[in-house]
Amino acid sequence: MITFLFFLPFLLGFVVIGVYGERKIAAFIQNRLGPMEVGPKGILQTIADLLKMLQKEDILPKAADGKLFLAAPLVIFAAVFAGYAVLPLTEGVAGAGVAAGLFFLLAIVSLDVLGILMAGWGSNNKFALFGAMRSVAQIISYEVPLGLSILGVVMISQTLDLQEMTINQGILTAQPIYLFGIKSLGLEVGHIGGFLSWNVVQSPILIVSFVIFFIAGLAEANRTPFDLPESESELIGGYHTEYSGFRWGLFMLAEYGMMLLISFLGAILFFGGWNTPLPNIGTLALADWTTGLWWGGFWLIGKAMVLIFVMMWVRWTYPRLRVDQLMDLSWKYLTPIAVIVLFICGVWRLWMI
Amino acid sequence: MRSVEALDDMSTYARNIGQAIKTLSEGLKLTFKYLLQARKSREPIGVEDPNYFKKEEGTVTLQYPYEAIPVPDTGRYRLHNEIDDCIVCDKCAKVCPVDCIDIEPIKSAEEIGKTSDGTPKRLYAAKFDIDMAKCCFCGLCTTVCPTECLTMTKVYDFSEYDVRDHNYVFAEMTPLEILTKQKAYEEHQAKKEAEKAKTSSVSKPVTRPEAKVTETTAPSEATPVKPKFRPKPMTKKPTVSDEQQKTGEGAEKPVKAEETESTSPAKPKPKFRPKPTIKQASTSDEKKESNEIPKPKPVFKPKPMIKRKPKDE
Repeated sequence: MITFLFFLPFLLGFVVIGVYGERKIAAFIQNRLGPMEVGPKGILQTIADLLKMLQKEDILPKAADGKLFLAAPLVIFAAVFAGYAVLPLTEGVAGAGVAAGLFFLLAIVSLDVLGILMAGWGSNNKFALFGAMRSVAQIISYEVPLGLSILGVVMISQTLDLQEMTINQGILTAQPIYLFGIKSLGLEVGHIGGFLSWNVVQSPILIVSFVIFFIAGLAEANRTPFDLPESESELIGGYHTEYSGFRWGLFMLAEYGMMLLISFLGAILFFGGWNTPLPNIGTLALADWTTGLWWGGFWLIGKAMVLIFVMMWVRWTYPRLRVDQLMDLSWKYLTPIAVIVLFICGVWRLWMI
Repeated sequence: MRSVEALDDMSTYARNIGQAIKTLSEGLKLTFKYLLQARKSREPIGVEDPNYFKKEEGTVTLQYPYEAIPVPDTGRYRLHNEIDDCIVCDKCAKVCPVDCIDIEPIKSAEEIGKTSDGTPKRLYAAKFDIDMAKCCFCGLCTTVCPTECLTMTKVYDFSEYDVRDHNYVFAEMTPLEILTKQKAYEEHQAKKEAEKAKTSSVSKPVTRPEAKVTETTAPSEATPVKPKFRPKPMTKKPTVSDEQQKTGEGAEKPVKAEETESTSPAKPKPKFRPKPTIKQASTSDEKKESNEIPKPKPVFKPKPMIKRKPKDE
């Protein structure tokens, strides 16, 4: 229920703000001003765009495969949105309390590929099919390092339940948390909390894991520099070339939804989820003060927004990869490194903690 | 050997990773620097400002309709005619290389008034149109203007939806005024003629000197009337003192006359024959004519006409 009541409206709101933020960040990086006309500083620009988009005709190309074409955006969005079902929003508030939540999330998000292929094939358009094929190849390739990097985290935290994983990264944990996960140091930081109990600090090797996760996540979300499936300069938008109006909007919604999901997941897996970054320092119990129902939501969304910003920053910094470079990066670099990191994580878990 | 190669491969592999991390972080740093610089913004300062080339940081976008870079005072953009100061001398229209100024003067019997610099006005401007769509912004018209009433202003944003709106009308006379002034002058002329006929021997000096004086003080005023100019290039060309003007006229006017006249197919023969007397203009005219209209060719060489006709047929 929490998914529908909170995440759906939140996602819609986020898309409106996210598109505006993205345009502004892009503009500032490029010494421009970005949208300035609609509303003060162009704040209402996205809403105006949205209104225009909703009024557009829903075009169904004559030669397209009707059923596939019409169903594809729904499949994509449903697949992405289903991933939100297991996200823990804050202390004691989570969507579905699935024991294998993380596994479910990865599995259901992979259905995204199906929708993209449906869109590309159903459009009966060369460019759309190219985009879809690229997208499928890319997403399946990057699923491997993504899964491996997440597996390291699972190994460290010994659970697939995202809520439990989050609890184990803060002051509310029942388990003992040692600084850098090294028991022999004898520094128990469970009661100190804050950023010291985050997964990336509990086992610092996870920083590498996070970088792999982040890169693979960008690729999963079809974001620059891995936006070959849509590459508007070569493929005129790729698999959503033929779409218009609200169906096209669903694609955009799914893309931003995927971005947000990856950011939430990154925050939960590596940066303590809804746990506060502020530690208890002696009598200054910052962590205790900043832990609670509302604080939890604030911290989680805050962390996700930081990651979103990094995604946008990355997008407007790097050029698009070539297809062979994309595959090289995934199979020759990220996957082997992920495997090694996974091994180190296992060793860390066995001997250190 | 194999192990060495493998080591080599491994080292390039590691180097690739190192290079990727280094260059990627450099890129991120660079864009972040620009992101922070975006807090500053470039002010709309003109090129005359000493800081014009020093603004290297911050956003460069100029939100044009709301802010604009100031134009130097010497900017040559839209033409403006201060019609009160205009003596309708027609110099600007003549010097204009693209013929964008269209003037229709009406003579008046006596001085109408004076311009702000004291030059007497003797002509009404029934029409003073400047077509800014044609204007090439050379500024020649402003340099020849004797009263400096025609100037180029700093206004550069005068785009219109209809190209006809680019025609700027500076004459302030109503059609009724134009008619009355024309009539008044005609009546004056008629009166003059009548007086001339009456007192051909006695009363001449009373009226005529006045007219002569006006012509000498403002020689440009007498020139604008078109019919007077046609004969001029034929006779006066080599000897005229105002060289700039006259050569300009000489080049333009005959061409115009011929072009318009050559369109009527029956007349060309008599018109082209006198040309050889104007040697300067005729050479260029011949080329133009031959390019534009193939028909008049036989006209230039009357003799071979008999031979060519059967060939063509």
